[in-house]
Amino acid sequence: MTDQEKILNEVTGSDYKFGFQTDIDTETIPKGLNEEVVRIISAKKEEPEWLTESRLKAFRHWQTMKMPEWAHLKIPEIQYQDIIYYAAPKQGAKYENMDEVDPELLDTFNRLGIPLEEQKQLAGVAVDAVMDSVSVKTTFQDTLADKGIIFCSFSEAVKNHPDLIKKYMGSVVPYTDNYFAALNSAVFSDGSFCYIPKGVRCPMELSTYFRINAANTGQFERTLIVAEDDSYVSYLEGCTAPMRDENQLHAAIVEIVAMENAEVKYSTVQNWYPGDKNGIGGIFNFVTKRGICKGDNSKISWTQVETGSAVTWKYPSCILRGENSVGEFYSVAVTNNYQQADTGTKMIHIGKNTRSTIISKGISAGKSQNSYRGLVKVLKGAKNARNYSQCDSLLLGDKCGAHTFPYLEVDNPSAVVEHEATTSKIGEDQIFYCNQRGIDTENAISLIVNGYAKEVLNKLPMEFAVEAQKLLAITLEGSVG
Amino acid sequence: MLEIKDLKVSIEDKEILKGINLSVKAGEVHAIMGPNGSGKSTLASALAGRDYFNITNGKILYEGKDLTELSPEDRAREGIFLGFQYPVEIPGVSMVNFLRTAINSMRKYREQDPLPAGEFLKLMREKKKIVEIDSDLTNRSVNEGFSGGEKKKNEIFQMALLEPKLAILDETDSGLDIDALRIVSNGVNKLRSPENATIIITHYQRLLDYIVPDVVHVLYKGRIVKSGDKSLARELEEHGYDWIKQEVDAND
Ligand SMILES: Nc1ncnc2c1ncn2[C@@H]1O[C@H](COP(=O)(O)OP(=O)(O)OP(=O)(O)O)[C@@H](O)[C@H]1O
Ligand SMILES: [Mg+2]
Repeated sequence: MTDQEKILNEVTGSDYKFGFQTDIDTETIPKGLNEEVVRIISAKKEEPEWLTESRLKAFRHWQTMKMPEWAHLKIPEIQYQDIIYYAAPKQGAKYENMDEVDPELLDTFNRLGIPLEEQKQLAGVAVDAVMDSVSVKTTFQDTLADKGIIFCSFSEAVKNHPDLIKKYMGSVVPYTDNYFAALNSAVFSDGSFCYIPKGVRCPMELSTYFRINAANTGQFERTLIVAEDDSYVSYLEGCTAPMRDENQLHAAIVEIVAMENAEVKYSTVQNWYPGDKNGIGGIFNFVTKRGICKGDNSKISWTQVETGSAVTWKYPSCILRGENSVGEFYSVAVTNNYQQADTGTKMIHIGKNTRSTIISKGISAGKSQNSYRGLVKVLKGAKNARNYSQCDSLLLGDKCGAHTFPYLEVDNPSAVVEHEATTSKIGEDQIFYCNQRGIDTENAISLIVNGYAKEVLNKLPMEFAVEAQKLLAITLEGSVG
Repeated sequence: MLEIKDLKVSIEDKEILKGINLSVKAGEVHAIMGPNGSGKSTLASALAGRDYFNITNGKILYEGKDLTELSPEDRAREGIFLGFQYPVEIPGVSMVNFLRTAINSMRKYREQDPLPAGEFLKLMREKKKIVEIDSDLTNRSVNEGFSGGEKKKNEIFQMALLEPKLAILDETDSGLDIDALRIVSNGVNKLRSPENATIIITHYQRLLDYIVPDVVHVLYKGRIVKSGDKSLARELEEHGYDWIKQEVDAND
């Protein structure tokens, strides 16, 4: 056995740094899912009648559906009646003043690197912090309001901006879309809402930090971003959860609407608890993310760094309706130990001269399975549509798998669609070359992996690119082949 | 500095080095020559700690310590540098990032603080001059798309930057044009000092006109079968290996 194999066998992925649990009084409702539970959630959030009804409609629809099985994933049957669908840190209403925030909560977010005190934050990043089913604090709201930007929790938006929510919620991802979208539409808890008015460039990064804390709960958040004509916003999402032996369910929806000349950048650093080295525990992550480039010349970019979760099922997509609109998808998905990821994108070209770019970098280690699944669809009217897809897989060791499932549907002869795919292994020669220059194997892998993923990491806002690099290194610690 | 005693090395049960004895003192330059497949690169790799070679017998002492107990990275940090016969490409990793990581790993080993970015870049500029390396090359990924000669120059550049005590250059002269050969040789000569030593593996006596060795060894079938001064290299150039092969094979 070579040294490298030894490391591979001995070390079993590093410790998950965010696995602690906060001891805080949590209000939960009884586990299980039925119409009553849907009504309770809606009532807890003091929602208007129409929203309660919309939830119920989604719930009834969900009951008629089956969990999709086409993904390259092995998932034990999820016991929906054993999940708690609402959990909230006690103290009810959101904190207006920092002094009112439970110190335990503050401490939790501090340990996660997300201080909630504005003066301690990274300059230029506004944060909405969501713990379990509720948003606990949104920072910099006043600064943003001066520009007419709305950045608040979804629940607040339902109360304060019902017209916008009514108009846009479900307009990109209807509850009928898929099994998990229906489930989310029935029981969604909290999330963020951003509205960028016409002609406004959002002066800071907006971000939501999702934290699962309570045991046996699921998290079902919803995010909605609306960018009016000529506006710009860059939005970031981060996620972590405690280490637990049982699997926890996370099923989210993100909807983006970009009007004429608007640009939305959406970045994710997903680091939900991945389970232990033997594949016990971890988050089941089923997410529907979709944006529509409604106006001409609009642009939506998805950038994701996926390192966490036991199972990831996620395809951030763009509907390119406006003429000359642009969709981008940049992804790094890392799987180690027994993690499974089936992730990719859909680019739906409807308008003329629409362009899309897909760069996907899969990194598999341990006994994990990592799949890229992507659809490029060019409709009849999409004259001169262009797509470029590049899907690379990097393997560490020989017990993991990498798969690519590209789908192409082209109905316009003027379209040009390019697809490139490569699979490579981190070579022992590369590692030895680094070793010979004094770089140990862990650092060599981190260097090589970050080099491999550079194209995608470069798309992240600066502060997060650094974090993401570290995260890649940590996720792959001890996985050499 | 380096004492190799009756070293036997095999790979997958095939014995490649069959009892090497070699002693290199500080300040010396040794040249190792020998026909293809005789085990020259194997010896270099074994010194650098490549793990698929098994040392089945003998000792390697480096500065009085047992080298085989050190990991490859610790050997490098202790001052052993291998100029690879086939330098490896690492796509996506810039030379700058690679070398900064290397230097700082070594500094950390010596309990020194990391080199500030400004000083590091200054150092790079200085050393680039020694090997007259194109500054464009150092902005690219490690060896990616480098020409054969550029790769070799890059090895010497790295050596200049890392300032090893014992440099092992495995056919660094192969594939170099005449000017590059001169540049590389000058680079090696500039780095020569009474404190460090160099082992040069080469097929060509020409290189030894530039870098004059103290001792020349001939490696054949896993053994050093002849050692002499620089005139041995000239003899080999003239007569080839046949006469040595005959001598050795006759004794077998
Ligand atoms: N990784 C390996 N697997 C199997 N055999 C190997 C390996 N490396 C070296 N060998 C064998 O060991 C012997 C010595 O090889 P080595 O590369 O040391 O020769 P060399 O003297 O450097 O030759 P050259 O002058 O061609 O570079 C050869 O027969 C070679 O095929
Ligand atoms: Mg060789």
